[in-house]
Amino acid sequence: MSDTTTPPRTHPLVEGEVAPGCKKVDAIVVADGVVRQFGGLTAVDVEHVEIPRGMITALIGPNGAGKTTFFNLLTGFDRPNKGTWSFEGQSLAHVPSHKVARRGMVRTFQLTKSLGRLTVLQNMLLGARDQRGEGMFAALVKPLWKAQEQANTERADALLARFKLDAKREDYAASLSGGQRKLLEMARALMSEPTLVMLDEPMAGVNPALTQSLLDHVKGLKDDGMTVLFVEHDMHMVRHISDWVIVMAEGRVVAEGPPETIMQNQAVVDAYLGAHHDTDLGTLTNQQVAQIHHDADADVDADDASAPTTDASTASTTDADQEEGRR
Amino acid sequence: MDFLSILNTAAGEILSPTTAAFALATIGLNIHFGYSGLLNFGQAGFMAIGAYAFAIFTMMADPTATLGWPAWLSFLTAVIVAIVAAVVFALILGIPTLRLRGDYLAIVTIAAAEIIRFTVRTQDLTAVTGGSQGLRGQDYKGDFDAMNPLTGTTYGFGPWTATAYDTWVRIIAWSLVIVALVLVWLLMRSPWGRVIKGIREDEDAVRSLGKNVYSYKMQALVLGGTIGAIAGVMFVLPRAVQPDNFATTMTFYIWTALLLGGAATVFGPLLGSILFWVLLSFTGGVINVLHGMGLFGDMSGSQAGQIRFVLIGVALMLLVVFRPQGILGNKKELSFHV
Repeated sequence: MSDTTTPPRTHPLVEGEVAPGCKKVDAIVVADGVVRQFGGLTAVDVEHVEIPRGMITALIGPNGAGKTTFFNLLTGFDRPNKGTWSFEGQSLAHVPSHKVARRGMVRTFQLTKSLGRLTVLQNMLLGARDQRGEGMFAALVKPLWKAQEQANTERADALLARFKLDAKREDYAASLSGGQRKLLEMARALMSEPTLVMLDEPMAGVNPALTQSLLDHVKGLKDDGMTVLFVEHDMHMVRHISDWVIVMAEGRVVAEGPPETIMQNQAVVDAYLGAHHDTDLGTLTNQQVAQIHHDADADVDADDASAPTTDASTASTTDADQEEGRR
Repeated sequence: MDFLSILNTAAGEILSPTTAAFALATIGLNIHFGYSGLLNFGQAGFMAIGAYAFAIFTMMADPTATLGWPAWLSFLTAVIVAIVAAVVFALILGIPTLRLRGDYLAIVTIAAAEIIRFTVRTQDLTAVTGGSQGLRGQDYKGDFDAMNPLTGTTYGFGPWTATAYDTWVRIIAWSLVIVALVLVWLLMRSPWGRVIKGIREDEDAVRSLGKNVYSYKMQALVLGGTIGAIAGVMFVLPRAVQPDNFATTMTFYIWTALLLGGAATVFGPLLGSILFWVLLSFTGGVINVLHGMGLFGDMSGSQAGQIRFVLIGVALMLLVVFRPQGILGNKKELSFHV
């Protein structure tokens, strides 16, 4: 089965051959030998990975693959057992999380962390960097920070308008819906003018009506010159917006590639479905098992015929999408 | 007639220096708990640190007598010593615990406050701290009394009549309350206050936005503790230094006052402290009268006196259940369970 698909060997983003841990033409983050163990469990064991600059990179993988742990390590929210990584050429290993954020690498969280008993506007203002009024003594003298506060407020209002949260400006963040909180968290991250935005499952728990606008916002970040790295389960989103996909399984990077072809990669199929995903271990009779094997072989033959099947699968997804839309 | 005198005593609590000292301690706790979300259960410890540092410095160093300093300078230096002691105490508490989650601070502070109390009670330290007897007021009040510009015998009217010394304590203590309130108001409308409140909601989120959460929590702990220490100084000026005044009961009175007035509001601690002392005095008076009428059977007077604390406890429970935001709190702000 492994020779059924031949993903492209080269890609404009990649220097040399496309492979797990391949070298990028212009990398913003480079990680080497990052290992995080929880007792006997190795949650993350990434030999080498590079994130391309100015692109939207998706980090996918089955549950427990170590995606969020890797995120936490990169952003200083967790400490690795060993490993180094750099951001824009500067080492970030052992740098505390708040300093990581100050360097322009800002993250969001899988479970949104909107600050409930602050208003939406206050949430936004908290994101602004280098505020003079954040020193305890300067805080007492309003003239010292009034002008900066005003400028920040204007920037926050512009961002809120862009994310369609301007009507909620004075509401407590706790009164927002789950999707609106995701938007607020993203907008707040933008207040710090980051160069790399790291989104941990931006689509989780978001109402389908908001999905499209959230997708557009993520694409908008790239248009504004930011690099985006996001963790996601929703393959629809991954296909639609990402330029590059990195697949993790059991803590390792098992595959990389452009989103169009990544799902045909044998390592990815194995990671998601298990290497023996088509062998049933349970209740099926021998006859049924034989039937499944037969069908699978037929599929493989069809895949060999290549192009038409790809079209068919795309067509079927589109159908499924439309069906979902009708619901 | 009895009832009038009960009301009179209760009203007297409104302006009493003890109430002012309590209001200060509660303002400090409000910075900890109300704004920063730090569970400090050792505010009495900060008060004890302030009171003892102030009294011991005045008695031991006594710069007025030994160096010929003017009274105000000696007093000011003693207060600064109290503040420095509180800052050191806050740092010792905060350095190991502020990196951990909130509950750890609660346990450590309650233990630390008790350690302070038992340390100053130690018999071996009697020469310095007075042991379980504490320190006599007259031994450290000299400088403060010498600063007193009031020369008459009594001031004020009705329930608010006081001696010149008492009036002087009131003026200083309540001025400090006003200063502390203005300070809290100024800080909490600023970007600094926004970061502090953000930390109360979710420190990881604030950290992800590039703020040094540990440093902010430390600043809040030190600031609230400092105000607590000043409260301790004001608390002992009208009386003696008694180690058992700074027991956990004191901490819980302060918590009651804070929750009563409304945490995370500027004036909540002030209103809460005043109401707490007025109610405590009022219920005490009423129970005393009822006891005189034989309503409590064989109970002794002092036993009956304890009933008011039962009532206070019940009131606190009702308050937390039915009005968790306190009297001045924003209902909307607290109606979210995040």
